[in-house]
Amino acid sequence: MYQYDQYDQQMVDTRVEEFRDQVKRRLAGEITEDQFKPLRLMNGLYLQLHAYMLRVAIPYGTLNGKQMRMLAHIARKYDRDYGHFTTRQNIQYNWIKLEDAPDLLAELASVEMHAIQTSGNCIRNISSDQFAGAAADEIADPRPWAEILRQWSSFHPEFSYLPRKFKIAVIASDTDRAAMKLHDIGIQLVHNDAGELGAKFFVGGGMGRTPMIAPEIRDFVPADELISYAEACLRVYNRYGRRDNKYKARIKILVHELGKDEYTRQVEEEFAHMKELGLNPPVEELARITEYFADPAFDTQASDELDLSDPDFAVWVDQNTDMHKQSGYAIATISLKPRGGIPGDASSAQIDLMADLAEQYSFDELRVTHSQNIVLPHVKKSDLYALWQKLDEAGLAPANLDLITDSIACPGLDYCSLANARSIPLAQKISEKFAEQGRQKELGELKLKISGCINACGHHHAGHIGILGVDRKGTENYQLLLGGSAAEDTSLAKITGPGFTEDGVIEAIETVTDLYLQEKQGDERFIDTYRRVGMEKFKEAIYG
Amino acid sequence: MKLLTGNDLKTGDVIWWNGLDWSRFVADAVDVAEDGEAILQREEASRRVNASYIIDAEQTDEGPRPTHIKERVRALGPTVRPDLTLKPADPNAADWVI
Repeated sequence: MYQYDQYDQQMVDTRVEEFRDQVKRRLAGEITEDQFKPLRLMNGLYLQLHAYMLRVAIPYGTLNGKQMRMLAHIARKYDRDYGHFTTRQNIQYNWIKLEDAPDLLAELASVEMHAIQTSGNCIRNISSDQFAGAAADEIADPRPWAEILRQWSSFHPEFSYLPRKFKIAVIASDTDRAAMKLHDIGIQLVHNDAGELGAKFFVGGGMGRTPMIAPEIRDFVPADELISYAEACLRVYNRYGRRDNKYKARIKILVHELGKDEYTRQVEEEFAHMKELGLNPPVEELARITEYFADPAFDTQASDELDLSDPDFAVWVDQNTDMHKQSGYAIATISLKPRGGIPGDASSAQIDLMADLAEQYSFDELRVTHSQNIVLPHVKKSDLYALWQKLDEAGLAPANLDLITDSIACPGLDYCSLANARSIPLAQKISEKFAEQGRQKELGELKLKISGCINACGHHHAGHIGILGVDRKGTENYQLLLGGSAAEDTSLAKITGPGFTEDGVIEAIETVTDLYLQEKQGDERFIDTYRRVGMEKFKEAIYG
Repeated sequence: MKLLTGNDLKTGDVIWWNGLDWSRFVADAVDVAEDGEAILQREEASRRVNASYIIDAEQTDEGPRPTHIKERVRALGPTVRPDLTLKPADPNAADWVI
């Protein structure tokens, strides 16, 4: 894992003290809320429905046990004993006091963490594949590149006041576990025909009120020019992105309005200029950062044998573990979706336990996934049973990864001031409805994603089944969408028709899942059957 | 009726104007009628309240009930965590919201 050097630490510490002074001045009445608001947002502090909410950055979702333990400590000391892991691989606290925020940030800084650029029209936390460095199918570890992008984008003076917020994802395998094409810039590390490492660039994706899949604008950028190319993409956007209308200000609108070819032409022109300036990071710096992400000391003699005689353990292994690049090891995903629970929420005790388990079983590494779960990336197969037992005791062993009860849900109207409808109660009811293991297993991979408003923090556009909460004359109403995917087969879901009440949308989900089981051929997943059968048949089943 | 609400500047707590001061309980809120904007200006300047605004509500036997569900969620707390609401001992408190 990357470790701060003196510059990183100094930058973060200085920012904490700067914010401490800003808070003091706000409380003393020396600055108004209009003056203070952009300052607190730059430090991740929002004013939400019930209180101040702090969003803490977890760079590319990677953290160690000490950092995880700090997140638990913050939940206990400054919040109400829990945190909410988000669809941006971050964590949010819902009950922060303004007067406590500087001390909280100082404690975060002591473990090399912060909340900088988790809000505002800047480059946000870089996201990545939660299996990075462990996946059997990756061509390189994407994290060094995510880290370089993090350093480049942190406090980047030219990109601190973009037309709108900006999100970048980096992956390194053909399997997309990071919703890469639904980012402002999606980067996929690839090899060219000569076997050299480089990156494929996708620009102009996103969800929100105008969902778009990012088109590929370059099939190969040499790795050592990746930053310059990203900078060229940003420069064109910063210059021509719309600032007159918040709803048309994202880069996806610019790429759409200019057309992919014209946008690409301008980027290439800018890139040629950038190359002349020689702004790429020195090779030595790339090497220095890459060293931080060297493989841990795997036991190369570790056995692949696994005793699956405990049936509950066998179900969990089958559902929640993935193939590791190192024989004798597995990637274990801890589901934060217990039956009837709140997706992504974890108590301080659970967060502490996950920190302990990471230290004990996973070379002190954890990952936060955009699906609001936690990954232990490097677990020896011979340790899996002991790990599972400890998770099970703490209510952290639901065997439901990628099943219908592993839903994504934004905080919705229970917490968010932008929301129109509650998301969490719906996720809880669906979880209860489909909790029986045989039933959800029969449905197989089924990505259910719920947003409480059109901003789409719950990724409803990318759900095999998506739900969008809307306000219908002051009451909650839910639109049902089908056919989305955030994976390598990225697609945008379509609305089925008129919306439903909360109970009505659950009934509709039962109808579409029943139809899937009737129509399914062979090993088809729900999304495969939907694509083959088409929307009309599903609509007919729902609306008659 | 019209209620004046906002967040406590220091703590972020949801608060309601009770005629003399701010209360965390919507049941204490009073109808500010046409005076809301003036009170809002004065109270923002005193640095107790942040991001205050006026909402519509109806008077009920249990006190003022905000017209919009969002304000009712604000008034009570998250419906999915009864233990974190202002009525943690009342398992049916969320019924008032919905």
